[in-house]
Amino acid sequence: METIITSKILLTPLIPMVTALLIMGSKKKPNLRESFSLFGALFTFLSVVQLLPHILARGSYEYTLFTLYPGVSVKFHLDGLGILFAGTSSFLWIMAGLYCVGYMRGLDEHAQTRFYFCYAVAVGGAMGVAFSANLFTLYLFYEIVSVFTYPLVAHHQDKEGYDGGRKYIVYLMFASKAFLLPAMILVYVQCGTLDFTMGNVASGMFPSSASSVLVKVTYLLCLLGFAKSAIMPIHGWLPAAMVAPTPVSALLHAVVVVKVGVFCLARVMLSVFGVNLLNNLGLGIFTAYLASFTIITASVVALTQNNLKMRLAYSTVSQLSYIILGVAMLTPNSITGGLIHITNHAFAKITLFFCAGSIFVATRKKDITEMGGIGWSMPFTMIAFGLASLSMIGVPPVSGFVTKWYLALGTLDIHNMILLTVILVSSLLNAGYFIPVFFTSFFGKPLPGDTSQGGFLEGSPFIMLMVIPLFLTAVASVLFGIYPDLFIQIINLMLGR
Amino acid sequence: MEQYLIYNTLWYPILTVLMAVPLFGAFITLGIRGDQNLKIWGLLVTVLTTVLSLPLFFSFDLTTAKYQFAEFNDWIPFVDISYVLGVDGISVLLVLLTTLVMPLCILCSWSYIKERFREFIFVLLFIEASMIGVFISLNMVLFFIFWEAMLVPMYLIIAVWGGPRKDYASIKFFLYTLIGSIFLFVAIIALYVTTGTFFIPELMTHHYSFSYQMWIFLAFALAFAIKVPMFPFHTWLPAAHVEAPTAGSVILASILLKMGGYGFLRFCLPIAPAATVYCMPYLIVISIMSIIFGGYLALGQSDIKKLIAYSSVGHMGFVTLGIFLLNDVGIKGAILQMINHGITTGALFILVGMIYERTHSREISDNSALGIVMPIYVSFLVIFSLSSLAFPGTNSFVGELLVLIACFSKYKVVGGFAVVGAILAAAYMLRLVQKMVWADSDGHSHPGDRSQLFDLNLRETATLTFLTIFVFWIGFHPTPLLNIMDTSTAHLLKQVESGMHASPAGHHAHLNGLGETVKNLIAFKY
Repeated sequence: METIITSKILLTPLIPMVTALLIMGSKKKPNLRESFSLFGALFTFLSVVQLLPHILARGSYEYTLFTLYPGVSVKFHLDGLGILFAGTSSFLWIMAGLYCVGYMRGLDEHAQTRFYFCYAVAVGGAMGVAFSANLFTLYLFYEIVSVFTYPLVAHHQDKEGYDGGRKYIVYLMFASKAFLLPAMILVYVQCGTLDFTMGNVASGMFPSSASSVLVKVTYLLCLLGFAKSAIMPIHGWLPAAMVAPTPVSALLHAVVVVKVGVFCLARVMLSVFGVNLLNNLGLGIFTAYLASFTIITASVVALTQNNLKMRLAYSTVSQLSYIILGVAMLTPNSITGGLIHITNHAFAKITLFFCAGSIFVATRKKDITEMGGIGWSMPFTMIAFGLASLSMIGVPPVSGFVTKWYLALGTLDIHNMILLTVILVSSLLNAGYFIPVFFTSFFGKPLPGDTSQGGFLEGSPFIMLMVIPLFLTAVASVLFGIYPDLFIQIINLMLGR
Repeated sequence: MEQYLIYNTLWYPILTVLMAVPLFGAFITLGIRGDQNLKIWGLLVTVLTTVLSLPLFFSFDLTTAKYQFAEFNDWIPFVDISYVLGVDGISVLLVLLTTLVMPLCILCSWSYIKERFREFIFVLLFIEASMIGVFISLNMVLFFIFWEAMLVPMYLIIAVWGGPRKDYASIKFFLYTLIGSIFLFVAIIALYVTTGTFFIPELMTHHYSFSYQMWIFLAFALAFAIKVPMFPFHTWLPAAHVEAPTAGSVILASILLKMGGYGFLRFCLPIAPAATVYCMPYLIVISIMSIIFGGYLALGQSDIKKLIAYSSVGHMGFVTLGIFLLNDVGIKGAILQMINHGITTGALFILVGMIYERTHSREISDNSALGIVMPIYVSFLVIFSLSSLAFPGTNSFVGELLVLIACFSKYKVVGGFAVVGAILAAAYMLRLVQKMVWADSDGHSHPGDRSQLFDLNLRETATLTFLTIFVFWIGFHPTPLLNIMDTSTAHLLKQVESGMHASPAGHHAHLNGLGETVKNLIAFKY
């Protein structure tokens, strides 16, 4: 394990921020603005990729930017978990960048400069979270993501938008001030520092003398504080945030923002508390049951939603808890299953949201019942939708299967049949709310009097710009299902295997 | 004297000069004609003071807790009244804050003040001299003279250039502060009678009986609690803020309130340590009440200035909380919080002043949905609002973090209550920002008359940019400031520690019933 101290790793969080400034400066020129956005995304991804070889050689990067107080600093550290999340998010930003152009121009949305600006800052914040070496840096970027996604949620500036935006910011700010801030301070008071224990998931930061009650309280505060992970009962903001334009829902509320929440939680569980402490205090299994409850309940709610984006939102709530469940079972297999789902869910869910968006742009339809027979006019979209659904359900060889395989292995490792049942039942529920959509789109009949979907709808340039990325992400989902080796290797490094 | 003071070694007597420049500047003002010339003159004098004060930061000796840059001259020797000045790690930052904020006060009055410009500049420069005097005096009488001298100009600022209810607000301000001053004066005389000296560092070395300490402490604490202001003495503040012109609000929020916190640190803690320790639980409870009530009241305001005024009560609650936790992190956090509050709240008042100049209203509903017409203004509003709610990466976060660390390491329950204050801060600031930036606008046009809503000009942008630099500088790199406080804070705590044991235990015992209960309550022992 060689740790390289280099300011090179500042580049990844910095590029999106610089991109955002360039976007702001290119106010009146849409082409320039969108090329900034695309190149920013591309360079961010490349900056992550060039860090990969050293990480794969069991190394890591570190850099301290500012020290505020002994033990509290703005410090960056890149390890396997970080690069997994950063790589996934930045790659999908490229896809979403292409998609945005089609979507925003196709609908002729207002305030597009503000949109691209906030979009880039939010991704930059997520990169910062992925690269954080301590709780303060994590908190800093976490909050940046919260604030800069508010204008995206309230983008339409109608009553719905403002209500959704208010709910969004109230949930996130309240949770971070009420739970996360005290949790951070309690960690500092007990450990004397906020720096994560890197490179060893077994032992956390807490000294052996720490009072178990206080550790439990701190843990609960963390669990509730990262409201972005949308674990029940703090999931309410996510469905409300679906009023945002679809590219926001796709990249941010399926990949960047929610994954920031889950990533933070995983980071805190593995690098602050450590597997041993969580096991000893029984906190792991407690979290696993809470996540299970979320998985089942959210899936049941998803069954009842007729609005496609709402159904996807509740599906996200449920799927995010798979990640938490995996980490919370605290065995190497389950953690692998949980963490790999960060990537697997990202690719599948962004595809599904992209599909919902392109259907909306082509036909202005939001409800599933209106989509009878739409598959014949938008075949690529709906095939991609089908592939991504298979990933969500966990059908081999699509990537979701890998997740469920490792999660199931994890439940067997700890001999917990209840959790195994949860995984199996939830897969059935996933099938229950995805297959009808696919079925309706090909074998359903359009509503009487609906003439909007005659002929092939994917021919126009804007729609093409949307269909290409969504098809690519769907194909990637399949590829990752067949070759998950790279991701498993990265996670194994993280686990010290 | 050498045991307390390190004499000034700069080529000019820096502390005297810092008072003399604005004071002489003020008198020269009386001979200048033309508003434009007066403004430029005011700006020149204040900027010169700022420049002259910079050595305080760069030549400050971090290794000593003695009073530096000191000057000593006899004045009325037979009653031990002398002209003695000096700064230590506690006061030096407040002096710098004063000299940095004053040019901004001139800048934000540039077009706000329409009448009696000469008198306005005079009063502003005069109050600068006396505020600096308060922070650097090491003689009780000298301190008291400056303390009172600052009262009249502030009264004038509100009463002459204030809003519609200026008479009510200015009298209320004056009376409240005067009542505090009377107690302060009595305590000063009492100390002189007992010790025969007015020299502050020497007063700290005497040992007083516990009951004597209690009286001294209460008299001081009342004066400073009104100034801070702590709940329930805070009612003068919103009135004064709402009626005062922008520069008055900025001075009030950025500097005058800090004198309360400074007074606690300079007088209460070292002179009456045993009483401080005894009263600590009550003061912590009062601080928490200030934090929560201030935040709660801010939540319901429809007047922007009132909202920020109540938020000040909450923020200053964090200051007193940090002070009375009596540990190193807490006191450092408190001093830093004072500086931060000066920067952030000052900036927010400047922002309110700017919008008032345009719409002639301070109601949130009259100033809503500005995002589409005033993007620069709105950007600054967001930055300073985030700073006010202690967003990580801004100055207030560091101060609040240190105070909360102090809380949680000492009394976890108190920490829990302080967090409620932090939540309230986020609630009222976000509400304010949401309304002022967006309200319910559709994003295409401003709902009302937008002819008045021109964006910031160069002067206004420069004023706010200057403060923005400090927001992020302290937010990411507070170490230089913390280093300046370090030695003095440690020394102060040593004084409290040694003084606390010096008091006879017997006195403690019979007074302790209720105090012990409150202490147990906040320590969560039941």
